[in-house]
Amino acid sequence: MELDSKIPGGPLETKWERHHFDLKLVNPANKRKYEIIVVGTGLAGGSASASLAELGYRVKTFCIQDSPRRAHSIAAQGGINAAKNYPNDGDSIWRLFYDTIKGGDFRAREANVYRLAQVSNLIIDHCVAQGIPFAREYGGLLANRSFGGAQVSRTFYARGQTGQQLLLGAYSSLVRQVARGQVTMFPRREMLDVVLVNGQARGIVVRNLVTGEIERHAAHAVVLATGGYGNVFFLSTNGMGCNVTAAFRAYKKGAGFANPCFTQIHPTCIPVHGDYQSKLTLMSESLRNDGRVWVPKKARDTRRPHDIPEDERDYYLERIYPSFGNLAPRDISSRAAKRMCDEGKGVGPTGRAVYLDFADAIQRLGKAEIEARYGNLFQMYEKIVAEDPYTTPMMIYPASHYTMGGLWVDYNLMSTIPGLFVLGEANFSDHGANRLGASALMQGLADGYFVIPNTINGYLAGTKFGEVTDSHEAFKESEAEVEARVQKLLSIKGKRTVQDFHRELGSIMWEYCGMGRTDEGMTKARKLVADVKAEFWENVTVPGSHADLNQSLENAGRVADFLEFADVMLLDGLARRESCGCHFNEAFQTEENEALRDDVNMAHVAVWEYAGEGKEPIFHKEPLKFEFVKLATRSYK
Amino acid sequence: MSGKTINLTLKVWRQPGAKAPGRLETYRAENISTDASFLEMLDIVNEGLTLEGKEPVAFDHDCREGICGMCGSVVNGRPHGPERETTLCQLHMRHFADGDTVVIEPFRARALPVVKDLVVDRSALDQVMAAGGFISVNTGQAPEANSLPVPKDKADLAMDAAACIGCGACIAACPNASAMLFTSAKVSQFALLPHGRPEAARRALAMLAQMDACGFGNCTNHQECEVECPKGISISNIARLNREFIKAALGSAEELPVIK
Ligand SMILES: Cc1cc2nc3c(=O)[nH]c(=O)nc-3n(C[C@H](O)[C@H](O)[C@H](O)COP(=O)(O)OP(=O)(O)OC[C@H]3O[C@@H](n4cnc5c(N)ncnc54)[C@H](O)[C@@H]3O)c2cc1C
Ligand code: SF4
Ligand code: FES
Repeated sequence: MELDSKIPGGPLETKWERHHFDLKLVNPANKRKYEIIVVGTGLAGGSASASLAELGYRVKTFCIQDSPRRAHSIAAQGGINAAKNYPNDGDSIWRLFYDTIKGGDFRAREANVYRLAQVSNLIIDHCVAQGIPFAREYGGLLANRSFGGAQVSRTFYARGQTGQQLLLGAYSSLVRQVARGQVTMFPRREMLDVVLVNGQARGIVVRNLVTGEIERHAAHAVVLATGGYGNVFFLSTNGMGCNVTAAFRAYKKGAGFANPCFTQIHPTCIPVHGDYQSKLTLMSESLRNDGRVWVPKKARDTRRPHDIPEDERDYYLERIYPSFGNLAPRDISSRAAKRMCDEGKGVGPTGRAVYLDFADAIQRLGKAEIEARYGNLFQMYEKIVAEDPYTTPMMIYPASHYTMGGLWVDYNLMSTIPGLFVLGEANFSDHGANRLGASALMQGLADGYFVIPNTINGYLAGTKFGEVTDSHEAFKESEAEVEARVQKLLSIKGKRTVQDFHRELGSIMWEYCGMGRTDEGMTKARKLVADVKAEFWENVTVPGSHADLNQSLENAGRVADFLEFADVMLLDGLARRESCGCHFNEAFQTEENEALRDDVNMAHVAVWEYAGEGKEPIFHKEPLKFEFVKLATRSYK
Repeated sequence: MSGKTINLTLKVWRQPGAKAPGRLETYRAENISTDASFLEMLDIVNEGLTLEGKEPVAFDHDCREGICGMCGSVVNGRPHGPERETTLCQLHMRHFADGDTVVIEPFRARALPVVKDLVVDRSALDQVMAAGGFISVNTGQAPEANSLPVPKDKADLAMDAAACIGCGACIAACPNASAMLFTSAKVSQFALLPHGRPEAARRALAMLAQMDACGFGNCTNHQECEVECPKGISISNIARLNREFIKAALGSAEELPVIK
C-alpha cells in the first residue's frame, strides 16, 4: 500500500491555491459525461452532491434514512468555526489553523488543516446566502461565541440547532439539483460494497431497505461521506443508524484505515442511567461557556448539591487549567471527569457524573439570558432527567461522540483506492488525535462544498476510463457476496438478539478502549471481542425476511462489521506507543496525569491494510512533517 | 430519575407491507422503567418479540433526541403522543401510568402511505421542498456574509420557522391531511430573510402547487397542526404563506413545473 499524501510544496499559505492551478480541469461540456456516486447526505455528502451537480456532473446520491435531510449531522448543536475575526479579538486563519493542529495534539497534516482554516470563511458566506438563520446581533450582523479549546470567539451558531440548520441548507441545495435532474436521490439504501474494476472504484452495491432488493450502481467515481463509527461503543451520542459498514467494506476492498483508535469521548453528555438505554444525549459544549463544572471535595459525599457549601466544592477544571478553565478541550475535560469519579467524587445515583452548574451565570446574566442562549438544551435535559437545570445543577458524564480516525485520504481526499474519495467524519484527515468543538461541521462542509468539487476534476481529467456497466463481472461477484451474507445472517436463528451482542461489544470497548487504556486491557479486549464475534456468527437471531423492510437485518449487518472493526481499533491502540489527544495509554503519562507524546517515534498516521480473512492487518505509516509549526507540549494551564 | 417501573398493554398497528391489510395486535410491555423513553419501551417489546421468534414492530427513528424528524407515530390518537412540543423519541414513560393501555398507529394521510407497521413514506415532503424550498445560490457565488445585515427580530422569526424537523405530525393531525404548516414554515423562513426575497413569489407558488400535486389536502384553518407540532411551529407562518401567495398570484404569470 502506497501512502502518497500528495501535499503540494511551497509556502503553507499558497499550497491550496497553487494546487488548484496544478489540477487538470474537466471541460464544462464534458462534465455531464461523468457520473459520480455520493454515499451519505450529511453535511459532507449533501454539500458534495449539490456542488458537484451544480458543476454539471451527473450525481447519484444514497442514504439510509427516508430523506436526505435526516443524516446525523442534523443533531449537531453548538456551532461552526470560521476565521472571520468579526469580534476583533485576534483571530486569523493562522490562529484557527494553529488551534486546530494543537488541539489535535500534533497528529494531523499541516497542509490539510491550513486549507480547512482558509476555506472556513467561504463556508459562512455560502451558508448565509443559502438562508441559514444564524444568530445575529441587534445591528443585524452575525453573532459569535466561544467554544472549547479556543480563546477567541469564532463560532457561528443557530441557537442550539446549528447542525440542523447547516444540514437543511445543504439539503435545500441538494433537492434543488434533484428538481433540475442533476442529482438522482436514492434514500433508504444501504451501501454494502464498493465495486472495483481494474483497481478503480467504479460503483457500489446497495440494499434497498424497503424491498430488500440488492441493487448495482456504476459510476466513474465514488464518494463516501458515511459519517463516523462512534456506535462501536453501543452507547454514544450518534444516531442509531450510524455505522462503520460503508467504510469497513471499502477497507476490505483495499482502502487503508487510518488511526482507528482516535475516538473522541465528549465531556458533557447526560449520564448513563439504566440498562435499557439505547443512546446518550449530548449537552452541547457551548454550555461550558457559562456553566461551571464541579464535584464535592470529599469523596462519597451524598448531600444534595445545594447542601454542599461553596468551600466544599472543587471546581476542578478552573483549578487545574486556570487559563482555559471550563473551556479546556474535550479530551482533557473528559479525562479530568473520569479521574474525579475514579477518586470517588462522582455524583448522582451511579457516582459516574459531575455537576455543570449555572447558578453563577443565572445570577450574573439573569434567567432570561440563559434561556435565550441554551433554552432548547435545558428543555432537552429536563425531558430526559426530569430535573430543572435552572434550579438544580446538571449532571454530566463523558460519552463516545466523534471519531477522528477514518479512511486514509490524500490531500485530494482520495483513499488508497483510485476513484474512491472520502469526506467528512468518515475520513481521518483534519483533526489528528482530538477534535476541537465546532470544527466537524466546518470540515464536513469544507470537504463537500470546496475541496471535492476541485480535486475530483483532477482525477477525472487525468484518468482513462474503460466502459463499465453494472453488468460487469465485478458487480455480479459483489452482489453474490452481499446476498450470501444476508442469507447467512438470516439462517443462523440463534438465541441472542443483535442488540444484545452490540451492547456486549460496546461495554468491552468502553471498558478497555475508552478514556483510559492499558496494554493489558486492550490485549484482553481483543480476546473478548473475538469471542463475542465467534458467538455472534453462531448464536444471533435475525427474524423476518430479506425481501422487505427488516430493521433487525440492517442492524445485524452493522453489528457484524463493528465486531470485526473493533479488533482493528484495538490493534491500533496497542501499536501507538504514546498517549496523545484522546488516546490515553496509562503507561504514557506525565506526572500530572496528562498525555505524554512521543514526537520522535510516533509522529505519524497509522494506516491499516486489510490482509484477508483471519489475518492480522498490515501496518503502514505516513510520517507527519511539521515545517511550519513547532511541536510543543499541549498545555491549557 | 425515579427507579419506578410500570406495566402496559400495547395495541400496535401491524401491517406487513404497503398493499397488505393491517390490524392492531396486543402486546404486553412489562417492567418498563419510567425513565425510559417511548422508543426504548418499544425496543424492549421488540427484544421480547425477537426472542419469541416473531418479527419486531418496524418503526422509524434515528437521532432519538428530537431533531432528525424520523420518528413519529400516533399514540392514543395523538401524533407523537400526549406531551406538548415533544417528539415520540423524547417522550418518557413517566408520562404513563401503571396499567395503561396504549394504542400505537402510524401517521395516516393519503400522501404518506404506510410502508410497514408504523413506518410511512414521507417522500412527498422532499418533493414539496424540491419544488422551491431553497435559495438559488451555487457554491462559490456568495458575497461576504456580513454584506447584508438582517434585523435580529426577523432572523429570530426565521429561525423559529426553520426549526421544523419535517416529521409530518402536522399532516397526521390535520383533518384534511394538509401540509400547510410544514410548507409555510419553509416559505416563511426564506421570506423573512433578505436573501430569500428575490425568489419569494416563485417559491410560494411552486411549493403550494407541489403540495396539491402530491395529494395533500387544503388548509381550512382547524389549527390542529400547531397543537401537535413537536417543534412549536406557529400557524402565523400559514398566514405569512397566504400573504406571500396573494402577492405572488397577483404578480406572476409564470408556468411552474410540478414534480411527478
Ligand atoms: C450530538 C452531536 C452534536 C454535535 N455537535 C457538533 C457541533 O456543534 N459542531 C461541530 O462542528 N460538530 C458537531 N458534531 C459532529 C458533527 O455533527 C459530525 O461529525 C458531522 O456532522 C458528520 O457529518 P458527515 O456528513 O460526515 O456524516 P453524517 O451526518 O453522519 O452523515 C452520514 C450519512 O451517510 C449515510 N450512510 C451511512 N452509512 C451508509 C451506508 N452504509 N449506506 C448508505 N448511506 C450511509 C447516512 O444515511 C447519512 O446520510 C456533533 C455530533 C453529534 C453526534
Ligand atoms: S411543522 Fe411541526 S409537525 Fe409539521 S413537519 Fe414541521 S416539525 Fe413536524
Ligand atoms: S428519532 Fe430523531 S426526532 Fe425522534
